[in-house]
Amino acid sequence: MPILEVQDVHTYYGNIEALKGISLKVEQGEIVTLIGSNGAGKTTTLRTIAGVLRPRRGTVRMDSSDLTKTPANQIVRLGIAHSPEGRRIFARMTVRENLEMGAFARGAANIADDYERVYTLFPRIKERLKQRAGTLSGGEQQMLAIGRALMARPKLLLLDEPSMGLAPVLVELVFQTIKEINAQGMTVLLVEQNAHMALTIANRGYVLQTGKIVLSDTAKALASNEMVRKAYLGED
Amino acid sequence: MGEGKDIDLLAAAIVIGITNGAFIALIALGYTLVYGIIELINFAHGDLFMLGTFACLTTLTILGFGTEVGIAGTPWLALVIAMLVAMAFCGGLNVLAERIAYRPLRKAPRLAPLISAIGVSFIFINIGLFWQGPTPRRFPDLLPQYDFLSQFFGLHTLVRFTVKDLFVLSLAVPLMLGLAWVIQNTRMGKAMRAVAQDSEMALQMGIDVNRVIAFTFLLGGLLAGAASLMYGLYNNNTVFTLGFTAGLKAFTAAVLGGIGNVSGAALGGFVLGLLASLTVTYFGGQWENVGVFSLLVIILVFRPTGLLGQIQGDRA
Repeated sequence: MPILEVQDVHTYYGNIEALKGISLKVEQGEIVTLIGSNGAGKTTTLRTIAGVLRPRRGTVRMDSSDLTKTPANQIVRLGIAHSPEGRRIFARMTVRENLEMGAFARGAANIADDYERVYTLFPRIKERLKQRAGTLSGGEQQMLAIGRALMARPKLLLLDEPSMGLAPVLVELVFQTIKEINAQGMTVLLVEQNAHMALTIANRGYVLQTGKIVLSDTAKALASNEMVRKAYLGED
Repeated sequence: MGEGKDIDLLAAAIVIGITNGAFIALIALGYTLVYGIIELINFAHGDLFMLGTFACLTTLTILGFGTEVGIAGTPWLALVIAMLVAMAFCGGLNVLAERIAYRPLRKAPRLAPLISAIGVSFIFINIGLFWQGPTPRRFPDLLPQYDFLSQFFGLHTLVRFTVKDLFVLSLAVPLMLGLAWVIQNTRMGKAMRAVAQDSEMALQMGIDVNRVIAFTFLLGGLLAGAASLMYGLYNNNTVFTLGFTAGLKAFTAAVLGGIGNVSGAALGGFVLGLLASLTVTYFGGQWENVGVFSLLVIILVFRPTGLLGQIQGDRA
């Protein structure tokens, strides 16, 4: 049984239909990526799963719960953590407090291990615990956003554009880390503009175009698909 | 008048200013907390403070201290009870107002809750009018008339630092420090800061945003309730229109310090109290509001975010 099952989801912004019937599945232990150009609906899909946006039709199932009927602040308790587009760390709180907020839903008990786990993944975060998060560099903020999401001990990690605005060497590092997190057993749903990198680390992928899924396959097959190569990998 | 007298006058004005600044700061904190979290200027907050003075008055009357005639010594227990009643009353009422008048408008355009707050203000004023009538009410003068400087230190000076001043400061300062501690260190305080910065992300962390907002209104109400007893005992009068002037001053203090910024509101309160007192001392009472609001205009022209204001931009 898939860990997450999105079925025929239609999400609107006002009267504009941004998602026109999206269906997808994520299995335990996978990295699944959504690729597509700007405005295709990748972020909207993640935000619908995370409960920030409510679809007009369709269901999002996680275990036996329908997330579209779950209050937004309860979704993290069902095992979904979201590292959103633009990172959206709490800029005026310290780095440590940001991590603490990530574990908010779990209460204060036994989170020491989780701090250690984040510090191991991101040693640079550990050096800056007392700093205001807004003073971190872009790469560090991205690491903090992922770290904050991991603090919830989710079953499924939603990652939205983790490479956005980062220097190539940092992009490499962030993707390495995602692979590492996945190797430790975390299931990941990854939205990326950088389709090349995303398909390198993912097991499967979905291609979105104007609110619809037009293609779904293993990452390997997508990477060699002619349409994908032309449209998203910048090859002729 | 010799030079000593000039300095005396200045020092006297400063002591009065600091004490008055303490009430203003406590009320200003209620404005700034709410603004910080939902960007609402809670116009009813001054009137909540006014109702707090009435709650104190009624409590003291029920306890038999409505008039101080024939009372030897200060009924400390009654004062503690009156303060707790006023704090609970203002805190509860503020939470209720949020639930009924502001929460349903959470997703409405910004102007709607603002108008709603003006409506709540009118309701509070009329409750006050119904409760204690249209004429100013005398608030019992229950604190000892003891001046530390002349009676304890034997100084011959215009400056007075009385039990009243000490009472106000020794309550107000710990309350402010306590508030700062709550915001800095408690789970709820951290949740407040998270909601203030990005309420959508706060939801994603599992924070019950509505509860945090209600808690913020509770804190603001508790401080207004405490301020109301101090005000009553210090000034020995209250009236149903008190909320308008007190609220306007406190709001000015909050803007002065940088609205949304908690230390800013405390600082703004004291600066405003001092400025008002200095204006009264050197230019006369009729110039008080001129001084206060001129300062506001000057600050807003040269430093629109207030003295300690945040630079907006990180999706604050």
